[in-house]
Amino acid sequence: MSLMALREQLNGLVNSMFLEGLLDDQFEQLQMLQDESSPGFIAELITLFCGDSERILAELTKLLDQAVVDYQKVDAFVHQLKGSSSSVGAQHVKLACVQFRQFCEEHNKEGCLCALNVVKHEYYLLRGKFDTMLQLEQRIQAYESKQQI
Amino acid sequence: MLSPRGPKACGGGAADRQIHVLAVDDSSVDRAVIARLLRSSKYRVTTVDSGKKALELLGLEPNVNMIITDYWMPEMTGYELLKIVKESSELREIPVVIMSSENVPNRINRCLEEGAEDFLLKPVRPSDVARLCNRMR
Repeated sequence: MSLMALREQLNGLVNSMFLEGLLDDQFEQLQMLQDESSPGFIAELITLFCGDSERILAELTKLLDQAVVDYQKVDAFVHQLKGSSSSVGAQHVKLACVQFRQFCEEHNKEGCLCALNVVKHEYYLLRGKFDTMLQLEQRIQAYESKQQI
Repeated sequence: MLSPRGPKACGGGAADRQIHVLAVDDSSVDRAVIARLLRSSKYRVTTVDSGKKALELLGLEPNVNMIITDYWMPEMTGYELLKIVKESSELREIPVVIMSSENVPNRINRCLEEGAEDFLLKPVRPSDVARLCNRMR
């Protein structure tokens, strides 16, 4: 695939993510911070976000599996995930976390379990697209560095 | 809160007297974001993940031009870190900025009363960092 076609594919993917609301304005702001002095910034950020999120989702699954749920701990983890998704511009994940916190406040176990599923769904949907995004970026960067030789 | 100065060339300055900002946040994602934001304004940035580590670093290197810290951190909050800095004769001149994902007026007022230079709502953006440039020591 040509460099131009790769770039078009990447732009198309990112634009569709904005249109669907998976990403918000914060992600756009962060994209503008990537430049020649930090070409791997977005990739690094996405990797950190995914690592963090999966760790938190695993903790939440364990906590909600208990007979007696420690809602304070659950809330603390959801707060963390809400924070990092907000910082990265992961809008749907962030909104799912907001819902989740409400169920936490009410000590509603069923609600929390449901909300956890929604968060997982939104996160893995986003992660799939992030993976594609990073693969395309890597291919584009490989092309560009070849051209400079 | 905004000082009415004219346009100023803001930025980290030349390498020999580069402005050094210490960023404190327990979230790795937020550390990466704030570091990138500050570095793109040419500041030298050190990031740590706790108030305790921030104080250790300040003990070794007190010539930091600004501390920017998250509010909600386990063990030591940003507010507690602020208080310790302002009560220390070596550190009290360092401007401290607090970041938080929650817009709680009481919290903001308490921090400002304790001597915080500014309070930023997360997610932090380039425009937030731009307005800090006049506040560096």
